[in-house]
Amino acid sequence: MTTALPAKTALPARTVAERSVGLAILVFAAVGPLFLNDYWVNSILTQTFLVGIAAASLIFLSAYGGMVSLAQTALYGVAGFIVGNMVTQGETKGLNLGWDPTLAVVLAILLTTALGLVFGLLAARSVGIYFLMLTLTFAVIGNYFFGQVTLVSGFSGISGIDRYTPGFIGNVVDHPNRLYYVALVVALAVYLLIRYVRRTPFGLALQGVRDEPVRMSSLGYNVPLHRALAFAFGAFIASLAGVLYVWWNGQIDPQTIGLQATIDLLVVAVIGGLGRIEGAWLGAFVFILINNYVRDIEVPLVGGSFNTIVGLIFLAVVVISPSGLMGIWDRIVSTQLGGRGGGDPPAVAESRAD
Amino acid sequence: MSARVYRLLPAIIAGGALGFAVLWVAVIAQPPPIEGSPGWRSTTFGSAIDDPTSFLYTLLDAVTFAGLLFIVASGFTLIFGLMRVVNMAHGTFFLLGGYIAYELQQKMTGQGFAIPGEEVNTWEWIAPVLLAAACIAGIGLLVQQSLLRWNQGQDLRQALITIAISVIAADQVIAHFEGGNAVSVTWPGKVNRLVDLRILDVQYSLARLTVLALGVAVGVALYLWLYRTKTGVVIRAGVDDEQMTSALGINIQRAFAIAFVVGSALAAFGGVVGASQGAVASGQDGQWLLNSLVVVIIGGLGSLLGAAAGSLLYGLVFSFSATYLPTTGENCCTQYSIVFTFILLALVLSFRPRGLFGRPG
Repeated sequence: MTTALPAKTALPARTVAERSVGLAILVFAAVGPLFLNDYWVNSILTQTFLVGIAAASLIFLSAYGGMVSLAQTALYGVAGFIVGNMVTQGETKGLNLGWDPTLAVVLAILLTTALGLVFGLLAARSVGIYFLMLTLTFAVIGNYFFGQVTLVSGFSGISGIDRYTPGFIGNVVDHPNRLYYVALVVALAVYLLIRYVRRTPFGLALQGVRDEPVRMSSLGYNVPLHRALAFAFGAFIASLAGVLYVWWNGQIDPQTIGLQATIDLLVVAVIGGLGRIEGAWLGAFVFILINNYVRDIEVPLVGGSFNTIVGLIFLAVVVISPSGLMGIWDRIVSTQLGGRGGGDPPAVAESRAD
Repeated sequence: MSARVYRLLPAIIAGGALGFAVLWVAVIAQPPPIEGSPGWRSTTFGSAIDDPTSFLYTLLDAVTFAGLLFIVASGFTLIFGLMRVVNMAHGTFFLLGGYIAYELQQKMTGQGFAIPGEEVNTWEWIAPVLLAAACIAGIGLLVQQSLLRWNQGQDLRQALITIAISVIAADQVIAHFEGGNAVSVTWPGKVNRLVDLRILDVQYSLARLTVLALGVAVGVALYLWLYRTKTGVVIRAGVDDEQMTSALGINIQRAFAIAFVVGSALAAFGGVVGASQGAVASGQDGQWLLNSLVVVIIGGLGSLLGAAAGSLLYGLVFSFSATYLPTTGENCCTQYSIVFTFILLALVLSFRPRGLFGRPG
């Protein structure tokens, strides 16, 4: 620990409030399968955990690295496609290697992280809006790659992956609760890991790079390397979500990482709040609720479907509260309890390129 | 010594790759054998020396595609160069332009779905182009004035706002324009034919050559506008130093609005040309946003010359990688042409992080 806090001081009221809410949500999630119906457990909450993990990788890069990345969906898809190619045995597209699922997961995470490092090294010298565009280009190229290269996927994608999971998860269709708990544990671990990493020397240097790249550079820090490593770490988190996704969904195709999905993940992160990790799961939960319950509504006056509503909500969030729902929460907490925030500035409001 | 080598490495790799690509297309590639399985050197047509006609066709495809790329990307780069707004709805404007022109042309000719080329006169192509461009210019102005103007300087927030617009518009296109299915605008009969170029027996589509001519015309017009008129001077001054320009009493907001209108209109114009050359369909908004992004990232954001260079490079790589990759076996290799777009981008960025003609700052 480099930031030695004075021991045994009373925690601020804000921290107490947040920790109590967090703990309550965690307890609720842990006992949820006992009283919630299958639809909520399998469709809504499991999906919330895994989409939240992917969004957390985006928010991590944005909040601590000052980089809004649109490549997270592509990286998550890469991990999913690697697992799909390695574990399936015939009867679907792709390589059908039929390897051990655990080995496939480890390899998928390692390869995706390595790919993230390569992307990161390429994009590290671009900042702000250039970075956003470059990562969007990565994302769309990834989508076309899996769409065109029939050797590894092709247009229809890989299916039946949920039959090849590691032993303790078993067949996902028969034991949905096991996947639910795995997703919950991974989500919690990712959350704690990110909170840990931001306190490490690397995390602190990264936040320095976010705020004052020139000063950090003159202090002897390798700015592009820090950005690239942060991007690789983000790719690692995204790969976890990708692995969970293919188990949960059973199949993956190029549309999974298409432009729509890329934008959707950004919408999740922005609705939750680009400045705080907690926003990832909050945004995912809200987005998935809308997705599931507002599907069939015809929009009055202008016509159109669910996507028009999502777009309007997204527009409203960006215009009204750029730091998302967590930003609204922060404002409520600080007016009620006083004191300043947790030190994570809202990412959108004050980020300026160059 | 080693530091020097390390610094030169990107240039060496880029030069080597370029040299090999030129050699491959010029001499190494072979046509597929008449019988037996194709070898690693087999491509669709064989080398440029063996089959100069096919080479010329590929080259013409590349530069005419580059013409369309330039029309669309120049609008994107104009908006970015002046206002630092990355208009993520640029592809949406392209798509909407194509659909509006389609509807107008259907109304004007009174025909159903597909119109034979000879029944369309020049006016029935130009009027939809102008009207579609005017509509999109109006939408662009509305977006800029109502949503972007008060966020000046917060470029990420502006990008997010335009993304939100593209999400809404993509859904509205499906709701209101033919369910988002592919539609084409028909070229007027006069250009909808082949011309004999009198070189190597090449018969080439006049429509595609028109696309190239339109691209060049847009480039020349933008150049004259930016470098030979008073508005152009104001816009270029705004690009260089926005605060100083407005301190001199120049209405920079007006220049911003004009640039956004012209940029949006160019996207719509590109959409009509794209719909005439092929088709527009729901989903192409993303593709054309990507095309614009790749072009301006290669060429350098905000630079007109960069947009031209980027369009040409991207068009060449796109066209040649689709034709000159080996055709060995079932799973190789023309399907990998998309990877070459990425390689091009990586090569350019590895030694010019701001693109070929991008300026620092």
